[in-house]
Amino acid sequence: MARVTKEEKKHGIITAALKLFSEKGFYITTIPDIADKVGMSVGNFYNYFKSKDILAKELVLYISEYLGSQIREINERDISTEQKIYEIVSMYFSVAQEKPEMIEYFLRVYLSNREVFGEGCEGMICVSPFVTEMMMFFNDGVEAGDLHDQDFFSAFGLFMGYLGGMVFLFGEKILPEPLESYKDDIAQNIYNALKKR
Amino acid sequence: MILHKISTMHSKNANKPKLLWLQGITCNGNTHSFLNLSSLDTLLEKFELLYLPAFETKHSLEEIVECKLSCDILIFEGTYDPLMKRADASVEKVLAHYAKAASHIIAAGSCASFGGMFKAVSPKRNSGILFDEEEKSGPLKEDDKKVINLSGCPIHPEWLGYTLQMIVNNMNIPLDELHRPLELYSPLAHHGCTRNEYFEWKVDAKSFGSKEGCLFYEQGCRAPMTHASCNKILWNEVSSKTRIGTPCFGCTEPDFPRKNLFKTKTNMSIPQDVPLGVPKRSYLTLAGIAKTFHIKRLEGKLIDYKTTP
Repeated sequence: MARVTKEEKKHGIITAALKLFSEKGFYITTIPDIADKVGMSVGNFYNYFKSKDILAKELVLYISEYLGSQIREINERDISTEQKIYEIVSMYFSVAQEKPEMIEYFLRVYLSNREVFGEGCEGMICVSPFVTEMMMFFNDGVEAGDLHDQDFFSAFGLFMGYLGGMVFLFGEKILPEPLESYKDDIAQNIYNALKKR
Repeated sequence: MILHKISTMHSKNANKPKLLWLQGITCNGNTHSFLNLSSLDTLLEKFELLYLPAFETKHSLEEIVECKLSCDILIFEGTYDPLMKRADASVEKVLAHYAKAASHIIAAGSCASFGGMFKAVSPKRNSGILFDEEEKSGPLKEDDKKVINLSGCPIHPEWLGYTLQMIVNNMNIPLDELHRPLELYSPLAHHGCTRNEYFEWKVDAKSFGSKEGCLFYEQGCRAPMTHASCNKILWNEVSSKTRIGTPCFGCTEPDFPRKNLFKTKTNMSIPQDVPLGVPKRSYLTLAGIAKTFHIKRLEGKLIDYKTTP
C-alpha cells in the first residue's frame, strides 16, 4: 500500500475539519471529532496543527487560495469583462454546490467568529489570495474601459455581498429555484451595476 | 547675458578638449541647473570653451553658426526642431556640422534626450537629437554611438559634471538601452527616498507638502518606476523632490511629460502602474497585507510620537 505523506494527511485533516466546522459549528466541533473523522489519534493531530484556532486560520487561507486560483484562471482568459463576471458567478455557485463546506465555512465560521481570527489572520492576511484576484479583475475591467472607476470596496462589496447572500439563501433552502438558474440574471445584474457609465 | 565668468578661461587652452553647447527649443533650464554644480569652475578649467550660453566664452554664437570651427564634446540642450533657426542659421545644419567631428555628444535634459516638454509644440516634427521618445529616429541616428542622453527636467548638475569628468579622463561610460549612463540611471528615484518606510507600510501622505507619508498612492509619485539617482546624488547636495514632499514626475523617462502629474492614476483604487519589475499581482498581495497593520508611529506627525506612554 502506498504510504500516505504528511502533506496528504494534513490535507485530509483540512477537508474533514472544513466539513465538521461548517456543519456543526466551530465551537461545538472538537479536536477529537476531527481526529476521529480522519482516523488518527488526538496526539498525532497535534503534530499537524498545534490548536483548533491555528487550524481555523489555515482553513481560511486554504479556501482563499482555492477561490483565488479559480478566479485567476478566469482573469487570465482572453474574454470580455462581462463574460468574466459570468464565469466568476458560475464558478462560485458551482463551488457552493459541489464543495458547500468551503463557502459555508467562510460565511458561517470566518465571518461569524471574528474573535478566532484576530492575531495572524486579521485584515487581508488570510484572504489575500482571493481578494488580490478580485483586485486584478476590477483593475483589468477598468483598464479595458468596461467598468466604472470607483472605490475598490464599493465594487467588491456589491459583487461578493450579492453572491454570498444568494449562497446563504441557497443554504437555508429558501430559494424556490435551483441556484444554477439564477446565474444569468445575477451576472447581468452585477455587470449592469458595475459597467462604465 | 553673461551669468558666469570663469577666471582662467583664456589661459592654457592648448590640448584641452573643445567644448561647445548648442541649443534647440529650450527654457534654458539645463544651463541654469549646470550653474549650480559646486565644482563648476574646476571642471570647466579642463576644457576649452568654444561657446556656452550664459558663460563668457571664446566665441559668440554668431561665429559658431558659421560652422568654421569644430569641437570635441558637443552638448545639445532643448528639443530638436529641424525648422528652427538660431542666430539666423539652421539648427539642423549647425548640429550636423559639429556632431560630425565631435567624439562625444551629450543630450542635456529630457528635451534633447527624448523630445520632452517642447516636443508638444509639434509632436510629429520635433524630437530629441537621437531619440523620439523611445524610438531611435532623431537626426543623429547615424552617430548614435557618440550620443549620451542625460535626461531630466532639468538635468541634474552632478550628472553632467560626472559625464564630463569621465570623458575628460578617457573613462568608458556604460549606457542603458536609452543611452543613459548606467551609473546614474540604473537606480530608481525611489532608492534613497526618505519616505521608504511609508511606502513599505502603505501609509499615504495626508496632504501636499507634508513631511510624513508616501506620495505614491495619491499624489502621483513615479519614483518606483523612474530611472534616476535623485535620491542618491542629492540636488544642490542637500535634497530631492520627494524629500521635500513633491512627487517624482518621472522626468528622466521618454514618456515625460505625462498628464496629471500630481495624481496617481488608479483603477478602482488600485494603482495602474506598480514598481518597476514587480508583477501587479505580487504588489497587490503585499500591499493588501501591509495595509492590514496600523503602525501608530507612521500614522501621525513624527514629532508628536512618544516612545514612552
